[in-house]
Amino acid sequence: MRNLLIFVLGSVALIALPYGLSFSQQEILVFLVINILLVTSYRLMTLTGEWSLGHVVIMGVGAYASALYTKELGIYVPVSMILGGVTAALLAVLLSFPLFRMKGFYFLIGSFAAGEIIRLIWKRFREPFGGVRGISGIDPMPDFSIGIYQFDFFEPVSYYYFAGVIVIASLWVLWRIEKSPVGLTFHAVHWQDKLAQASGVNLRAYRTLAFAIASGFAGLAGALQAHYVGTVNPNSFDIEVMVFVLTWAIVGGTATFYGPILGCIVLTVLNEIVLREMGLEQARPLIYGAIMILSILFLPDGLESLVQKVTRRRSAPKPEEKAAT
Amino acid sequence: MVELLAQTGLNAVYAASYISLVAVGLVLIFGVMGVVNFAHGELFMAGAYAVVALYADMHVPFFVAVAIGMAFVGLLGLLMEWALFRPLKDNPLGGLVASIGFLMILQSLAVMGFGVRMEHIPPVTQEVVRFTDKVGLPVARLYVIVAAVVFLTALWYFLKRTRFGWALRASAQDPEAAALQGISITQTARIAMFIGAALAGVAGALTAPLVSVNPHMGHSVIVTAFIVIIVGGVGSLEGAILASVAYAFVHTFVTTFWDGVLADIVGLSLMLIVLIVKPTGLFGSADRA
Repeated sequence: MRNLLIFVLGSVALIALPYGLSFSQQEILVFLVINILLVTSYRLMTLTGEWSLGHVVIMGVGAYASALYTKELGIYVPVSMILGGVTAALLAVLLSFPLFRMKGFYFLIGSFAAGEIIRLIWKRFREPFGGVRGISGIDPMPDFSIGIYQFDFFEPVSYYYFAGVIVIASLWVLWRIEKSPVGLTFHAVHWQDKLAQASGVNLRAYRTLAFAIASGFAGLAGALQAHYVGTVNPNSFDIEVMVFVLTWAIVGGTATFYGPILGCIVLTVLNEIVLREMGLEQARPLIYGAIMILSILFLPDGLESLVQKVTRRRSAPKPEEKAAT
Repeated sequence: MVELLAQTGLNAVYAASYISLVAVGLVLIFGVMGVVNFAHGELFMAGAYAVVALYADMHVPFFVAVAIGMAFVGLLGLLMEWALFRPLKDNPLGGLVASIGFLMILQSLAVMGFGVRMEHIPPVTQEVVRFTDKVGLPVARLYVIVAAVVFLTALWYFLKRTRFGWALRASAQDPEAAALQGISITQTARIAMFIGAALAGVAGALTAPLVSVNPHMGHSVIVTAFIVIIVGGVGSLEGAILASVAYAFVHTFVTTFWDGVLADIVGLSLMLIVLIVKPTGLFGSADRA
């Protein structure tokens, strides 16, 4: 009963949310929703213990793929979005062969190199990727009506609802994966790799699986963004964007499912709304950088550790939970 | 054709010089402190802006400006060690995130102080050392080459022949054993950070009149430096220098005969191949993984 109440109130709040915002804030809201999917998919990857610097480029692969499918092959937009995600996942499987020969710091740098190569290929080859300027005039999501609501995708509010539904569905899938035996194996691959291997777990296969799933959802997020913005270019997926994703995950904390989402929401609101409203346009990266440093110095377990403190005080701490962290 | 090859070779020597100054500093910091300093490209940028401020705006003699810039960036390094890397010693991702934060701060300070636009710096000297009619080396580039040779030789001497150098290498090899021998790890970290940052600073300061100085110039520098330290073997100074030379030649020749973007792709591909075939790099020791 209580869960149902929370669900209903949450849904109403999410549906009502854009009406309290200005037009530009509504646009930021759309990006925020897409970025939540991006950062949550990134967390699935980090479950196996690998930190990638190529995730944003993988998102770009989904964006480019979906844009090209609609433009060159005339595929219906929602279908091409899913195909964009599939393409990103398949590319991840391909990339896993060279990349998973590395671990830790070397994987970090290797994934960065692989991502940069893909990005430079978009930049270098005008056919079919459009070179430095990228692809513009990407088909928007066609308008449709579901009876009670008319979707008009020139309005950010409509796209917010559309992307919101897709993102929530994706988050639910990611959540189920994490709680399934497969997800538990991901944890084992990270924390007990020797033991897992000795128990007959194929480490490489599970790391590849996590990489492919994470990349698939990142690609879907990229496709959602491409058909909203209408253009894609190599620079919108460069390392600076990756840095943002990395900080959302680290500032939020990656021990819980909601940690990266929390980091993404808090930092986006802070960066896009609070600092903009205060008129600190030029100093934004400076303040953002300072917040990154302060949070890693004084809140090393992320924002989620604050939430955990509050919720733990209410319910008695479980001993095995302490042992796990 | 021979002349074009010779000229491209000279350009490559110049590129190798400043790349190796940056990469050696990065390796030194990684070796002694175990952190990947993502802000290293921005230390290079800070050196370049020191020359913009002192030489172009305040008309201080060029080499004085370079010396002050070098010291200033060295001090920035000390600040990073004290404020970021020392408190985050036990947090493997912490140093990385903190250095990214520091990078953003330096970048936006440069934007606020000097604007986003490219800075124009009056040339230090127009002289060119001519070998033939078509093959020449501008003296401004020669300064960079000389600086690289002098500073890297000095660093080599310092590391191999002095007590501080011994301490530095010892704590890079095994911090605990070094501490047990009475070497102050904090002290060696400070020295490594100062030297590493100052080398990036002097590279930035000397190349400032030759490149387009802008707040985002550090990006390509750090990418190049990463390629070089991976190919050379993380933690190997000799490897970093040799890899700088190799990379500079490949990159300069591909840029001259094809184009710059393709050269970047080739460079990154080389790094990926090294990572796949021999992750410890061409000169790295196997145990430092």
